[in-house]
Amino acid sequence: MSIIYFDNAASAKPCEEAITVFNTVIRENFANPASLHKGGIEAEKIITQAKATILSRILPLSIRNNADLIFTSGATESNNLAIIKSVKPRGKTKIVTTAIEHPGVDNAIEQLSPQYEIVRVPPEDLNHLPDMVDENTALVSMTAVCSETGFVVNTPKIYAEIKARFVDCIVHVDAAQGFLKVPSDGDLISISAHKIGGFPGLGGLVVKKGVRIEPMLFGGGQQKGIRAGTEPTALIAAFAAATAVERNPDVGVLASELDYGLVTLGMKINSDFRGNISVPEITNFSCGVKSEVMLHFLAEHGIYVSSGSACSRGKKSRVLAAHGIPDKDIDTAIRVSFAAHNRVYEVDTFLNILEKGLKRWK
Amino acid sequence: MEISNTSINEIIMAKYGEIALKGQNKRTFEDILVRNVKKAFTGLGKFKYERMQSTLYITPESQETDLEQAIVCLSRVFGLGAIQKCAVLPKDFDRIVEQGMPYLESTLKHAKTFKVEAKRSDKTFPMNTPVIQRELGGAVLEAYPHLQVDVHNPDVVVLLEIRDKGAYLNLQRLPGAGGIPVGSSGAGLLLLSGGHDSPVAAYMIAKRGVRIDAVHFHSPPYTSERALMKVESLCRQLKDYLVNIRLHIVEFAEVQEAIRNNCPEEYSTLILRRCMVKAANILCSKKLETGNNIYKALITGESLGQVASQTLSAIGCTDNAAELPVLRPLIGMDKTEIVSIARKIGTFDISSEPYEDCCTVFTPKHPKTNPKLQDVELIESRFDYEGLILKSIENMKISDFA
Repeated sequence: MSIIYFDNAASAKPCEEAITVFNTVIRENFANPASLHKGGIEAEKIITQAKATILSRILPLSIRNNADLIFTSGATESNNLAIIKSVKPRGKTKIVTTAIEHPGVDNAIEQLSPQYEIVRVPPEDLNHLPDMVDENTALVSMTAVCSETGFVVNTPKIYAEIKARFVDCIVHVDAAQGFLKVPSDGDLISISAHKIGGFPGLGGLVVKKGVRIEPMLFGGGQQKGIRAGTEPTALIAAFAAATAVERNPDVGVLASELDYGLVTLGMKINSDFRGNISVPEITNFSCGVKSEVMLHFLAEHGIYVSSGSACSRGKKSRVLAAHGIPDKDIDTAIRVSFAAHNRVYEVDTFLNILEKGLKRWK
Repeated sequence: MEISNTSINEIIMAKYGEIALKGQNKRTFEDILVRNVKKAFTGLGKFKYERMQSTLYITPESQETDLEQAIVCLSRVFGLGAIQKCAVLPKDFDRIVEQGMPYLESTLKHAKTFKVEAKRSDKTFPMNTPVIQRELGGAVLEAYPHLQVDVHNPDVVVLLEIRDKGAYLNLQRLPGAGGIPVGSSGAGLLLLSGGHDSPVAAYMIAKRGVRIDAVHFHSPPYTSERALMKVESLCRQLKDYLVNIRLHIVEFAEVQEAIRNNCPEEYSTLILRRCMVKAANILCSKKLETGNNIYKALITGESLGQVASQTLSAIGCTDNAAELPVLRPLIGMDKTEIVSIARKIGTFDISSEPYEDCCTVFTPKHPKTNPKLQDVELIESRFDYEGLILKSIENMKISDFA
């Protein structure tokens, strides 16, 4: 049975380009990039080149000359580093975030909750997020794209408005899902390799010039002392290779085929936001059958999707609730997420199997 | 005073629990106990086993034996009352002191108070118990002058036993798992869901000597592969106590669908439980070569009033479906008591994993708390579930944990 992989927002299928580069680099450039010999220098060069490639792929393009990239173990570490290690008390008492954050942001902010008042802005009010910021605000942290619904936050606009008024408020953007899909701008930007066709175990934090963060890990002083630990050269090279792969040119067609098919089957689409956009890679809908049951049924037919968000198995999604989706629809929510390898015929197969499942239970 | 302890032979004395009190059939219980201990020591090295005076003497026979791990494993073998690691010394008081004092150093140097206990089952030994205690206490004080005697709340109890084969000196006496050896009371079939209760029920019944196999009802696509993996982890965890387990995995989705399509929602959980019991009846009807049934009882984790399907009326309806006695060791226990045992036996963390199990998928909003058997039987008479149950048993899968 061939597998239809529609769970790329949980972990994207690694692209061939990344696998090829990884295989070469892990065989040939295994030396420690901090070593003084030629092997170390070669590895360091690969990292420098990869860093430039990755930075050059971040939109808006102005970021590439104006920021450094710190490699981490993943977006969760990047988010923790950005949130916990950028804030300094300095008399400030407030953190502004959104109600649709990934747990990697939400739970990191929660660590600061005794000292800070935390304001979580619901998605419909995000245009007014800058109005919630005041001179007491130490940090704003927002996602660029909601991991569960694909809802897009206009971070460049919000960032510019905040900085125009409060220049010393730190703005962090979680672009784990948004990277390569939408422009994302902030003082600190988290990205992840395995969401875009690279491998799990590597993430990055883009740090704008002049923004100071303290290290979380102490050791050999790598990456200017901000993130100690030997850089994984092959993972980094594979990440860069994955960023060079073009976005699926048919992703708009995939999304509209899927939408049309779902509406025909009478499904309720949760990622259709009037007056706001969502990325075509992510579709969230409620099928009317308990999500776990439908998920297992689809998996029996070789189709892999997520119920809610893959990180919180079994828990009711607070993100969908923040989007105003009623409990009964959250219970039956399914997330389909595309990447470059997906094809239109897979959507047709998916819709056929989904219809079979619906006939069995509805 | 630095004399290496490796020059002293250490053994484990495993003392029988209540089987020490058995009469003519004590030997049978002992045989089963020794077999279970040997099983528990798989992979820990080579040991020699000797039985004397209601005690199993376990002597390491190779360099690679892991005595500390052996004691941990032994603490999960039912039938033992106490476990002691001790030094084997010659039955000569002067040499006991000479060799024994250095052996005690690592424990006594950190203690402030101690007392000495002595037991003398070899009455040919020239000193009597009070004399041994007095003399040994004096020797300890001489070797470790920082210590004081405290007969009521000592930090350390130094225990010397003069037995037929030698003198045994030891410091700690660990409680055994208690109970009687698994396999001495026949076999039973456990209905294992994946929650906190059924593993605890298995532990309690195994403690009374019952060898336990399990049946798990798995309902893909309603339940996840991970729910089954969780049940397999529970079996691996329980194996230390249960010696070995055969897990029968029965796919029950079709039965659950038939119940949903044919029964009023408020009866669905109860009728599902009756179907599970009926499936278990079929498993229990399988015979050994001797013509006897393999299993002599069903075991469940039911606790009175915990949920709607465990009210007195509901348990009555479930019980009626069973063809064998149903053992419910948790019937009078609170959830907190059950959970504290689950923590002790290491199943709590596994059961806490969030995957839906077979009981929760079709849960009705308002289950019947006071069902009547005649109503249940009337509902059941309207559809053919027996064929579906038979089919599920025919397609059953088996995993052995040994």
